[in-house]
Amino acid sequence: MADASAPAGASGGLGSRRRASILAGVARGDRIYQVAITAFALIIPALLVLIAIAIGIAAWPAFAAAGLSFITSSEWNVQAGKFGAAPAIYGTIVSSLIALVLATPLAVGVAIFLSEIAPKWLRQPVAFLVDLLAAIPSVVYGLWGIFFLVPMLRDHVVPFFRDTLHLGNTPLFSGPAYGPSMLAAGVILAIMALPYISAVTREVLLAVPRSQRDAALALGATKWEMIWHAVIPYARSGIIGGVILGLGRALGETMAVTMVIGNRPEISASLLAPGYTMASLIANEFTEATSDLHLSALMAVGAVLFAITLVVNGIARWLVWRVASEPRA
Amino acid sequence: MSALRRRKAGNIVMLALTYVAAVLATLPLLFILFHLLQQGASTLTPDFFTNMPRPVGEAGGGMSNAIVGTLILLGIACIIGLPVGVGAGLYLAEKRVGALAMTVRFLSDVLNGLPSIVLGIFAWQFLVRPFGRFSALAGGIALGAMMIPLVTRTTEEMIRLVPNSLREAALALGYPRWRTSLSVILRTAMPGIVTGALVAIARIAGETAPLLFTAFGNAFWSTALDEPIAALPLQIFAYAISPYDEWHAQAWAGALVLIVIVLIISLAARHATRARFGSAAD
Repeated sequence: MADASAPAGASGGLGSRRRASILAGVARGDRIYQVAITAFALIIPALLVLIAIAIGIAAWPAFAAAGLSFITSSEWNVQAGKFGAAPAIYGTIVSSLIALVLATPLAVGVAIFLSEIAPKWLRQPVAFLVDLLAAIPSVVYGLWGIFFLVPMLRDHVVPFFRDTLHLGNTPLFSGPAYGPSMLAAGVILAIMALPYISAVTREVLLAVPRSQRDAALALGATKWEMIWHAVIPYARSGIIGGVILGLGRALGETMAVTMVIGNRPEISASLLAPGYTMASLIANEFTEATSDLHLSALMAVGAVLFAITLVVNGIARWLVWRVASEPRA
Repeated sequence: MSALRRRKAGNIVMLALTYVAAVLATLPLLFILFHLLQQGASTLTPDFFTNMPRPVGEAGGGMSNAIVGTLILLGIACIIGLPVGVGAGLYLAEKRVGALAMTVRFLSDVLNGLPSIVLGIFAWQFLVRPFGRFSALAGGIALGAMMIPLVTRTTEEMIRLVPNSLREAALALGYPRWRTSLSVILRTAMPGIVTGALVAIARIAGETAPLLFTAFGNAFWSTALDEPIAALPLQIFAYAISPYDEWHAQAWAGALVLIVIVLIISLAARHATRARFGSAAD
């Protein structure tokens, strides 16, 4: 570079040597800059690798001691040194599924409302309120859950299902209802997952081309038929991505769940029984874990949670990315 | 004609249901805010900000140590999260489609989706266990790691909003690439990046789970970085699950303070974006 510009430099006012040194300085600056931002970018993959290593080291003793039974056994007995994480895995999956069943229709409904139906002046404020749900700290949800949601479910919602709808004999609503329960955890997770699902859904609905809507309306579809037959199918895999993203949030949610689920390592078919999730098990027992094996068992639960959320998030991102990168009509 | 009438009726029912969904989705927020004000406002005296926690039975305790602790933790998190996030965002915005850029972009999304408790375990294994004690530094680093993917993505998006002609103009004037990026592009995108940083801070301000393993909480006044430190969310958690009514009241007041902090930061972030980019960024 310096060689090629030397003759031009010689014919100009600047001495060719001085000019070459300036250009070399520029090149050096650019090189340093490139190296620096590349290094910053590489911190992200490095961080993920370090997280995986940290959890692997911490979890190894428990996996080595329990083997496959760590995941399959449902006996979590600290005194006996028996650690089976099945109840926590079960509780994590069930509470998250309850959350999705409750949150998905609401979130998709809100997203449709915001992107297709709401009058313009209403869109911003409603979108803002729904987004704010995502800003509320988990521990505040937990506090509210302990003192309002749990008593309300126990005193009003559960009697309604049992006495008014006569569902008390079904396994789902059997047994005593003390308050803290799988149901409470599911409801609070639904509220927490809702803004994530609706934000992604709104985004993909807005990405559906205008022509798609115009074509349906031109064929004589009502507004709802247009939404249902022309807009939703186009955005479907993006919406599913949003739901899975919400699932990822729900699976790893810790504080709010710890505060309302009752923290008991048992598998029960009843939604009214207390349970455990992987995250709440770790958070609840960490401070009282004295033996190394107990600590390691908690970290092994964290390793299972890490693996599950990694897969779930990977799938979600891929789905959303696929919709976003589709050619626009 | 009845088929048409049925379709029109179905249309009205379904459209009405989306209104119902919108109402139901905003109700929890209004309930939570109402209960926070109702339960927390009466405990929220000036003493709450200046006093230390007191034992059960003694009136007038506060959370001064936890409020200061949270500010210290957020400070450490910013020192770690902001430079890395902005640097990585610059890289992603400049490289766009390279294999490494695609990978980093994907992994940053994955990192963003990881449960916060997993980052707590990470910090505990490397920063608490080897030294044999909990520390503010470990807590701040865990929170900083949570900030990185958030700041990275907003930085990238904001830099992409900067018109290419600006870059070309700077280069044509003989600016080196690195100075073009840092003092022209980054400077133009700065309000948007500040917004992204504020959003990230608002999100980690209320994080509790990673702090359980790292900052741990402290009943006493401590600002030492290598000691356990109190934090607002930890204190709220400890008080909320305690059996005492006085402590419950303190937890509500603490939650009210926390939510006000988070809301102010969020609103400031929205305001900053709107002032700079108009409705384009919404």
